[in-house]
Amino acid sequence: MEWIFQPWPWYVSGPLIALTMIILIFLGKNFGVSSNLRTICTLCGADKTSSFFQIDWRTQRWNLLVVIGAIIGGFIASNYLSNDQVPEIQLETIATLNELGFQSAGKTYMPTELYGEAAFVSPKNIFLLLIGGMLVGFGSRYAGGCTSGHSISGISNLQIPSLIATIGFFIGGLIMVHFIFPFLF
Amino acid sequence: MRSTGYLIVGVFFGIVMYKSEAASWFRIYEMFQFDSIHMYGLMGAALLVGIIAVQLIKSKRLKNIEGEEIIIPDKKRSIARYIIGGIFFGLGWALAGACPGPMFVLVGAGYFPILIVIFGAVIGTWIYGMLRSKLPH
Repeated sequence: MEWIFQPWPWYVSGPLIALTMIILIFLGKNFGVSSNLRTICTLCGADKTSSFFQIDWRTQRWNLLVVIGAIIGGFIASNYLSNDQVPEIQLETIATLNELGFQSAGKTYMPTELYGEAAFVSPKNIFLLLIGGMLVGFGSRYAGGCTSGHSISGISNLQIPSLIATIGFFIGGLIMVHFIFPFLF
Repeated sequence: MRSTGYLIVGVFFGIVMYKSEAASWFRIYEMFQFDSIHMYGLMGAALLVGIIAVQLIKSKRLKNIEGEEIIIPDKKRSIARYIIGGIFFGLGWALAGACPGPMFVLVGAGYFPILIVIFGAVIGTWIYGMLRSKLPH
């Protein structure tokens, strides 16, 4: 059972991600996490501002339950199934990150520079996290799905639109990391 | 009963996201640096199983738990919305280091600044809803 507490290799985790999608298909649903952001907007009263949010949130109740489960899963995995798990990222990645000012690279699960206790008191940090989130929210609804809906579910169903969206995800990510990060960090 | 099922699927998904490190900002950064096979292997292995499973479900006309034949709707054809929307998403994915699934996983794992990211994601979704009719799709 010791392996449970170790980081799970990609060739084990990958099929388990597919299994999540397959179970939801057999439950009569489609795997897609970002749709919940739309439901949350509706619950916050966005239906009064745009017809896009005039949906019956009850039809999305199942998906909100999946997300609540994911929160619980994160709690269980980090507290009971890990011994302070630190991703073993490549040494050259650590070197690049150190140069950018991320001294926590290779030492923590999440960078303390962005997600540490000081995150809430640094205006720059709050701004970066807020902008990052806004881009994800705006982009996933514009593209009609995120990594789960397009890159996993859509491509599994051999959908060309999902392949295009995933190429878009990578173009955006590469632009951010290679051209914008030097200005931000 | 059914509700518990969805909750359990979510718990399972959350554990996999955390333990696979797909929820780690560092793994996303490493992926965009092309330094490691980790994230590519993760997605590739998921797709290998996913593609085979979905093709089997379709060719064998399997039924879901309700007893209905499983029909997975095709995505609407377009290029603009997928590539432009995708690029916006990718910019945020690399900056925040989390896509929507891991965002929620990280709340449970106790990285509370992720709540700022989730708040931003809700605002971003809301902005899209307001601007939708003016955007190319």
